[in-house]
Formats: sequence, C-alpha cells, structure tokens
Amino acid sequence: MISIIRTIWKVFLHQFRKRVTIQYPEERASLAPRWRGRIILSRDPDGGERCVACYLCAAACPVDCISLQATEDENGRRYPEFFRINFSRCIFCGFCEEACPTYAIQLTPDFEMAEYNRRNLVYEKEDLLISGPGKYPEYNFYRIAGLAISGKDKGEAENESAPVDVKGLMP
Amino acid sequence: MSGMIEKLLIVGIVLGGALFIASGLIWLERRLLGLWQDRYGPNRVGPFGTFQVVADMIKVFTKEDWVPPFADKAVFVIAPAVIVATILMPFAVIPFAPALQVIDLNVGLLFFLAMSALGVYSVTLAGWSSASKYSLLGGLRAAAQMLSYEVFMGLSLVGVVLLSGSFSLGRIVEAQQGLWFCIPQFFGLVVFVIAGVAETHRLPFDLPEAESELVAGFHSEYSGMKFGMFFVGEYLGVTLISAMITTLFFGGWMGPFLPPAVWFLIKTFFFICFFILLRASLPRPRYDQLMALGWKVMLPLSLMNIVITGGILLARG
Repeated sequence: MISIIRTIWKVFLHQFRKRVTIQYPEERASLAPRWRGRIILSRDPDGGERCVACYLCAAACPVDCISLQATEDENGRRYPEFFRINFSRCIFCGFCEEACPTYAIQLTPDFEMAEYNRRNLVYEKEDLLISGPGKYPEYNFYRIAGLAISGKDKGEAENESAPVDVKGLMP
Repeated sequence: MSGMIEKLLIVGIVLGGALFIASGLIWLERRLLGLWQDRYGPNRVGPFGTFQVVADMIKVFTKEDWVPPFADKAVFVIAPAVIVATILMPFAVIPFAPALQVIDLNVGLLFFLAMSALGVYSVTLAGWSSASKYSLLGGLRAAAQMLSYEVFMGLSLVGVVLLSGSFSLGRIVEAQQGLWFCIPQFFGLVVFVIAGVAETHRLPFDLPEAESELVAGFHSEYSGMKFGMFFVGEYLGVTLISAMITTLFFGGWMGPFLPPAVWFLIKTFFFICFFILLRASLPRPRYDQLMALGWKVMLPLSLMNIVITGGILLARG
C-alpha cells in the first residue's frame, strides 16, 4: 500500500528530470571514435591505396557482403581491380577491419546511409576510397613490410635490415 | 421553443466537449506518459504535436475495416458502438455548471451506475463474438472484473447519497457548499477511484486487454474505426470517471473567482492527469490479486464506510 503510493510519487517526480531523448535531425548523438559505421578504404600517407587485395576481409565477412578482384600493377604491387561492399547485407560487425593486414578497410562513425533504392546501397571502390589515412595517420604497410623492386629484394636497399624469417624460431 | 433550442445547444456543447476532450486525451496521454518516462512523446506534427490526433484519426479511418470470417458479425459490429453510447449517456446528467446540464434527473447517480454497468456488455460481447481464444479470455475477465467492481462503485457512493440526501447530481454538488465530500467521504473516494479505474479497464487494471498475455484481449480481432471506437470509449470513460469524481467528491463546479464551468474543467483535468499518472507508474496485478483486492479489501472498506457514515448521521439526528 505504502509502496504503491511511493511508486506513484516517484514517477510523478520524474517530470522534473531532464529528458533523455536526443531529437535526432536537430540534435545529434556524439558517436564514439570507434563506432562501427560506414566502411571506407583508406590510403597510406603517400596517397597510395593501402588495400593489397588479400581477400582476408571477404573471407572474414560473416554475411559475404564484400567482393573484390585482385590485380597487379607494373611493379607487381597487388591492388583490387574492383572492390564492392553491399551495405544492405553488411551487419557492421567490424570483422573485416580486424582481418585487414594493412589497415586499409576501416569502419567510421557514420550511420546516415539511408537510400530509397536498394541498389544504391551497393558501394563501389570509388565510393569507398577516401583521400586520407583514416585512423592510422602514420602507418604505411610497405615502409614496414618492405617492397621488392627490380634488382633489389627486400632488405637489400640502404639502411635496411634483412626481413625476419617468419618460419624460424630464433629471434 | 427557445427552451428547446437552449437544450439542444447544451446537448451539442456537452457532446462536442466530451468527444473533443476524449480525442485530445490521445495526445495528452502520450505526452504525459513521455514526460513521466523522461522522453518527449509525439511532438512533431503541429504545435507540440497536437495534430498527432488528426494524423491518428486519418490513419484509423483509412485502415481496412475487417470482420473475421469466424466472427459473429452482427454482435461484432454492434459491440464497439455500445461502449461509446453507454459512456456518452451519463454525460447528460453531469452538472458542468449550474445552468450547463442536459437534464437533472432525480435518479442521476443511479442512471450513471446503470449506464456504466451496461458498458460491460460491450467488452464481453466483443470478446465473445470475436470467436478467438484471447478475445474470449479478455471478455471473461472484463465481465468478472467490471461486475465485481460495479458493486463497490455503487456502495462507495452510498455515503455521498446519505450526506446529500439526494440521487440528483445537481443536489449533490449543492450539498457540498460548506465542505467537499472528499473529506467526510475519504474512504468512499478511495474506493470510487479504484473502482473507476477498474470500471474503465485502464492500467493498472487493464486485465481485459493485458497486451503482454492476451495480445489485446477483447479487441484483438478489431481493426480500423471499430478498434478506434473502443479507444474513444476508453478515453470517454476516463473523462466520465474524472468528471464524476469531481462532481461527487470535489464540489463539482464550485470554486472561487473563476466561472463554474472553468472550475469543473480544471478539477476534471486534474483527475484525468492522475489517471494517466497511475498508468505511468503502476504494474498490472495478477487476475486473482485483482479479485482479492476487490472482494477482500474494497467491499469491507465500502461497507464500513456506509456503516460509519450512517451511524454518524443517525447520532446527529
């Protein structure tokens, strides 16, 4: 009996509280930097594509929404011929970002992707590729991994150490 | 002849006012529930979202008006009309102001009780004619709940009648000149409010609907405006019970400075808000708890109230 009256009174007092609703189009929620939203393909600091078309993102994707085709340029550098993400399937799990060895594919704090036409949710490479390096501004995969060019293998250039033998046990 | 026109005018005002308030409650309830749940409720359509009512009306009118093939068609169609009619009727006897009353029946209070008792038919028949298990369960609950709470509702008002010496609502209001009946008839008021909530089957006593267990209870099979009628009936019921609380226990149209009708509206509005606050705060009891509360608490309380009131009146002579 007392608890019922107390409940009514407590609920009545709620009218003096601040409302928690964020009135969306006018006000916007602040999204966390690690928010998993719209997927982008980033570039390294030199402006080249980071993606090496290794297919790991496509393999990791639980809903198979990523499709790409690898090809090579004249230096033997792999890059995707096309890169397609079907956002009507994407569940924004972020597995592709985790799988990516070059930090090329990244999820961004943006969710405003609504379309009237379902086909417009299929993003091509030119829609995905951004001009900057995304979350890792200094990272350049080939600066760390090395790159073989004609006449010089990995680690043979000036100021370079030989690559680590990844199959050996010694440090 | 001019008296006839005046009466018709009053009927128009009362009918229009009741329906206007009932439809406004669709918006008010959602806004107040929002307020008490730390959110906004409808605030987009029109000023403060008031045109939400119009939008809802358009939606409800353009919905498919479907009668299930297994339903008892005639009864199915009549049931929603019954609740609106039976709840609109008692508005005729409520004195909104000394001159603003359709008819001051000398059995006005009994008329109100009779009409709200007839409202049971609507929900019970709706549950029965839908020929669906959930509807039938809702209808059965409605019948048991409303019939048992009808008893205490009637008994709780005996004290008021004893004090005022009349069944006429106008006379009851006038008898509260010195002291509103909410003080000498406090237990009568408590029982009447609880019985009123059960009578209009509003939360927390919405067991006939009980959307978490019975889909939508007695109106599961209804769609379109027939469904809308049940809701208009529910909001009219809230308005009616609030107006009756005002009339019987809070001095009706009496109050200083402001015109009588304004006082009546303010008091009624207050109780409508209280009804919505009840909905915002209390969970639904179990069915047996509802019945136990009725017969083990409300009935003895209202009988005690009658005995004590009668005793005091006899002692005074």
